[in-house]
Amino acid sequence: MSERGRLRTAKDLDGLAAEGLRTLYPAQPKVLVGAASCGRAAGAAGVLGAAQEEVARLGLAWRVAETGCIGWCSQEPLLDLWMPGHGRVSYGRVKPADARRIIRAAASGKPDLRQALAWMAGDENPCTAVHTPYTRGSNGWFIGLPEYAELPMFARQARIVLRNSGIIDPTSLEEYAARGGYRALLRALTELQPEDVLREVTLSGLRGRGGAGFPTGEKWRRVREAAGNTKYVICNADEGDPGAYMDRAVLEGDPHSVLEGMAIGAYGMGAREGVIYVRAEYPLAVERLRTAIEQAERVGLLGDDIFGSGFSFRVRIVRGAGAFVCGEETALIASVEGHVGEPRPRPPYPAQQGLWGQPTCINNVETWANVPVIILRGGAWYASVGTERSKGTKVFSLVGNVRNTGLIEVPMGITLGEIVEQIGGGAREGRTIKAVQIGGPSGGCIPAEQFHLPVDYESLVQAGSIMGSGGLVVLDTGNCMVDVARYFLEFLEEESCGKCFPCRVGTQRLREMLSRICAGQGTEADLALLEDLCWVVRETSLCGLGQTAPNPVLTTLRYFRHEYLAHVREHRCPAKVCRELITYFIEPTLCDGCHACVQVCATEAILGEKKAVHRIDNSKCIRCGACLEVCQPKAVQVI
Amino acid sequence: MPRLYINNLSVEVERGTTVLEAARWLGFPVPTLCHADGLAPYGACRLCVVEVQNARGSKLLSACTLPAEDGLVVFTHSERVERARKLLLELYVATCPQSKTIQDLASRYGIRQVRLAPAWEDCIQCGLCVRMCEQQMMAGAIGFAYRGPKRRVARPFDKTSERCRQCGACLYICPVCELRCHGRQAETTLCSGCLNFAPACLDFHDHAMCYLDPCLACELAGPHRQDLLLPGRIGRASSGKDKGELP
Repeated sequence: MSERGRLRTAKDLDGLAAEGLRTLYPAQPKVLVGAASCGRAAGAAGVLGAAQEEVARLGLAWRVAETGCIGWCSQEPLLDLWMPGHGRVSYGRVKPADARRIIRAAASGKPDLRQALAWMAGDENPCTAVHTPYTRGSNGWFIGLPEYAELPMFARQARIVLRNSGIIDPTSLEEYAARGGYRALLRALTELQPEDVLREVTLSGLRGRGGAGFPTGEKWRRVREAAGNTKYVICNADEGDPGAYMDRAVLEGDPHSVLEGMAIGAYGMGAREGVIYVRAEYPLAVERLRTAIEQAERVGLLGDDIFGSGFSFRVRIVRGAGAFVCGEETALIASVEGHVGEPRPRPPYPAQQGLWGQPTCINNVETWANVPVIILRGGAWYASVGTERSKGTKVFSLVGNVRNTGLIEVPMGITLGEIVEQIGGGAREGRTIKAVQIGGPSGGCIPAEQFHLPVDYESLVQAGSIMGSGGLVVLDTGNCMVDVARYFLEFLEEESCGKCFPCRVGTQRLREMLSRICAGQGTEADLALLEDLCWVVRETSLCGLGQTAPNPVLTTLRYFRHEYLAHVREHRCPAKVCRELITYFIEPTLCDGCHACVQVCATEAILGEKKAVHRIDNSKCIRCGACLEVCQPKAVQVI
Repeated sequence: MPRLYINNLSVEVERGTTVLEAARWLGFPVPTLCHADGLAPYGACRLCVVEVQNARGSKLLSACTLPAEDGLVVFTHSERVERARKLLLELYVATCPQSKTIQDLASRYGIRQVRLAPAWEDCIQCGLCVRMCEQQMMAGAIGFAYRGPKRRVARPFDKTSERCRQCGACLYICPVCELRCHGRQAETTLCSGCLNFAPACLDFHDHAMCYLDPCLACELAGPHRQDLLLPGRIGRASSGKDKGELP
């Protein structure tokens, strides 16, 4: 990045954006590797290294850059090739050798379309509402490839929060600016009064994306109107739901959007200091944020007298030590202050007495990332997306037993069925989807019969779940619902801070009872007790963790009672998951004596010579399922 | 001065008063395990939950931490509150059956059955000792360590802190070790101390430590209470008729 003075005017920002455009859509080809944590886990670092080597080896003046997560998890690592005049193409499951091959082919002028997944025809920018086509209507080099917008996985998405993720280089302030970044802050500081900012956010109908869905405009107003001169804004990036990684993707793929949102919020509420509370398990997100803060400070987008408006705002990062409960706002504040991360009763709410006893606004990453778009396009535009009471979009991490897993952003009001069947691509081979677990451990399981439900805060609460922060686990006939409930209770028991009695002891007892039921030792009387315990934990727990902890049990009891009854009455696990209730055996008529199962059995429980029918010694079998997976003629069966 | 409504009674209290204080001032007995006058409210035992009504419905909040605000509408003994307290007490007895304080509360709230297996914990983590040590004894020699099921009251590095003067205030205020209940019934985990005595009613024992109120043993015995009385003994509560039947 070239040395640049402070930004003061719209013209300065234009200059920054122009520079960004030169690297975003360079005249030379460009190689992009999706290298967020998810991509790196799949091997993106090696691909990136190989791409850099190959470009250097061939002596090309091409740019090789990292980008964030585009959300296509099942195809990672992803490598994107930008060819001026031809658009952008994504390659999936790329290995270092593939990267070299793709670059060699592109350099020689003959495109290699093996592993190519889709073609990006243009740039849809929600900040500026401008569609910039990359080519003149034809896919030039990439003939025969589907366009991103045509793929079922992407067709139903609306990317507002993830607008830049997977598009820009997250370490480049210029590229963020090139996509309309910091325009909203400029507009807020130079054209709008703090009151106007609040009005736009209220008008947008934006609600907290951390899960509870409190109206953001209302929260901001309370902080603004609270007595006191020192106020704080906090970004809650303590994402802890198992299998959920929405916030991580935003922080790693587009850190400036969060900073800009926070600065606008601080201006609206009269705060001068911001804190980003991010979990230490997200080292890349922390690194990206550090870089972004340094860049913004260097050009005066953070610090004193931003855009010459007299408004000052600083942000610091506080790393959480890995407690799920610290996502609860009062526990988060305690942790930032250096105390044990335990919640305290509300009221007083943080908007009245928060960090260091001062009025404090806490919003999560996704909420903050929405703010710049709202200010640029106006609250009314934002409110046009979504349903009557839930506006805008929601990011979900779609995981579990579905064909396409990934990070998706959908307009509110889309039905669960559309997410699972269209975006997710439906059930895997030979299985039937029976439920989705939505909202993380605090959420609930919604059965397939309810898939007509729209995704909005009220409908999900009515179904016994919550919106939650965006975990969406698809469960099929191979999942035991009692086991699912037990899994989440186990997590919550561990993660309960232990301060209040019903949460600490209640989750422990619930988990014990569920384990007993899974082991076939439960009785029908246990179910009544289970419901009583759930009720008291929900009603009397101190914070949101305990108050929502029984949801996985309550919803599975409500929609899948027959599975509980099968466990307690017949001591049978219908999904054949609970180990104590199942037996493995080898069907003699199917066994071809291939010996594969004998080789994988860790406990030497399978007897039989090669080419002869095998059998399982149940006293040794630990029901791990290894033999089931390797048996080609499907002779190994479970009852 | 905020004016609030507790069980439909209007009361004006000083700013900074908690709903627990206001309710007790009006004479409504709100049970607590983690509250003590002179110590900062903690809100961990959840027994003092009260039903607070607002525009969107009602919810249960701990009275000890709830500041009295103008127009607050509170019910201290609604059906929902009572159900919550009963279930909490059932959970408390199952956790710490040896606490006489808990057994007494359970008896008063009509707990006649504990459906969970006893855990024989020695601590309910009410935090009274920690706050006593820190806020009244100005020592801060103990605190909480670990999280969730592993959380416990601990000394720094599990060694007696040099700040500890061994004043014993922590023991004094503990609702579990202060008075031990030794008369639990195996099947219900509930105290039925007097059933272990002969005769089975405490009315006959001047020096018995334990005195449940109401006495569960007598209630359990019901109309057969007389059968619990051993022949050959005269008790204060026995009638003249009994006396006449003595050999």
